[in-house]
Amino acid sequence: MPSPFSSKGVTRLGQALRRRLRLGQGAVAGIPLLWLTLFFGLPFLIIARISLSEVVIGLPPYSDLLSWAEEGALQLRLNFANYMLLWQDSLYFDAFTNSLRIAATATLACLLIGYPMALGITRARENLRIPLLMLVILPFWTSFLIRIYAWIGILKGNGLINNFLLWLGVIDEPLALLHTDFAVYLGIVYAYLPFMVLPLYATLSRMDASLLEAAADLGCRPVCAFWRVTVPLSMPGIVAGSLLVFVPAVGEFVIPDLLGGPDSLMIGKVLWTEFFNNRDWPVAASVAVALLALLVVPVLLFERSREKEQDA
Amino acid sequence: MSARRPTLVFSLMAFGYAFLYVPIVSLIVYSFNESRLVTVWAGFSTKWYASLMHNDQLLGAAWVSLRIAVMNATLATILGTLAGTALVRFGRFRGRQALALMVGAPLVMPDVILGLASLLLFVAMEQLVGWPAGRGMTTITIAHVTFSMAYVAVIVQSRLVRLDPSLEEAALDLGARPWKVFFVITIPLIAPALAAGWLLAFTLSLDDLVIASFTSGPGASTLPMVVYSSVRLGVSPEINALASILVGLVTIGIVIAGVVMQRRAARAM
Repeated sequence: MPSPFSSKGVTRLGQALRRRLRLGQGAVAGIPLLWLTLFFGLPFLIIARISLSEVVIGLPPYSDLLSWAEEGALQLRLNFANYMLLWQDSLYFDAFTNSLRIAATATLACLLIGYPMALGITRARENLRIPLLMLVILPFWTSFLIRIYAWIGILKGNGLINNFLLWLGVIDEPLALLHTDFAVYLGIVYAYLPFMVLPLYATLSRMDASLLEAAADLGCRPVCAFWRVTVPLSMPGIVAGSLLVFVPAVGEFVIPDLLGGPDSLMIGKVLWTEFFNNRDWPVAASVAVALLALLVVPVLLFERSREKEQDA
Repeated sequence: MSARRPTLVFSLMAFGYAFLYVPIVSLIVYSFNESRLVTVWAGFSTKWYASLMHNDQLLGAAWVSLRIAVMNATLATILGTLAGTALVRFGRFRGRQALALMVGAPLVMPDVILGLASLLLFVAMEQLVGWPAGRGMTTITIAHVTFSMAYVAVIVQSRLVRLDPSLEEAALDLGARPWKVFFVITIPLIAPALAAGWLLAFTLSLDDLVIASFTSGPGASTLPMVVYSSVRLGVSPEINALASILVGLVTIGIVIAGVVMQRRAARAM
């Protein structure tokens, strides 16, 4: 098929709009760029700035970096104490490592559950595919908070699972399921599963079925064809899905707060507590900066996989 | 292909679907429970729906959320469409990298960071220019637009990439001005993507707890904020009833969308 685009996806309408817009200040690209710079880009500089200030009592509860010294000279005071605190207090360090571990494990579990689902949808009868996809998307459209809330009713001491197991006689007294790490894993996998299935389905459904036939003709058994043809070809979907689950899961707040216990400390919850309970905005900001630094590589990876997807 | 593996795949798939739906079904079942103890069945009752209708706090919060969601979805669709168009159609231009990065990053950025960042911006702006004065629905809406326009842009992008440009070119050849072509040809062609984007932005806003909590002020409690504070106190059958209504509405919407898509697919063949 010849490409419908003149070069690199630039259409004549695009060129014409651009030519015209050079006079009109490039409104099409300019307005969203301006909005995002102001409300998405700029705030990160402000976070970085506030993370270097000291907490004070007042509104807003942080000190100015620039102040007028007595002789009228401008004084710049940078306070690295917040970062020292993050490094030295094991609470923060543990919260970071905990978050990374929980997010990574949950991502793997999502992949293990989501891959057969995506594969199953692509192999299902044609008229079933859209309904099956819809069924994956439907929970995603219902309230996230309420889906997490549903697990409280299932996991708690006199919840569904415990009542069922007691009734079966498998256990004599209720298991502690709620407020454990297990509940947090479950919640993350449950909430983020659609984000794994959809990109996987997108790559798997584009795969050429004749490749599997060729593999079979060449004596490759289905299991071997799965590992040597299907999985490598679906790599872009695996990468995109894993990042879509992993990155937000690292900073997750609602799930560890509602399902987790005192031990399942995650960094998103620490940030929330610093901000809302301790009203320590500078420490909250430095937690955010550290979290961002941690996530920069995965976010850029995600960007690159998206760019590749666009070009494909 | 051997018959064994598809069976394995399909049973694993069934497990996945069961995992997705058991909590939702249990939520709905227990919303009709007589007892206040959510998980002890004590007979059928619709009393929690009735008491939900008299819960002014929840209803008020739902109204706040709804207004924010509509404003957000509309603004996010406009901005997201502009961003998506620029990224797909303009080739290389100055600021493209920045735009692409800022459109992509909110998709994966943790809520707590987006929320804190937006709040600190609003506080700093209030100090410097006096706007926005205080926080409330306006600040929540701005913060929501910032992240949900990214989703709209992605949807619009993927639609535009697959669009055959020959219709637009024909209109250009016939002498239509570029702006007119964009509004008369391009917009109708990408209308399904715009509708999907609007709905997604609407849902994202209606669903958000974390960013709204950071950027909200006194008197502007959204539905998730009220639900969250009541959930923290323990399970409540009223929340189950609310959840069931939401699930019902979404299901109806999805089924309609699904039927429309099936029909269109059938007509295309």
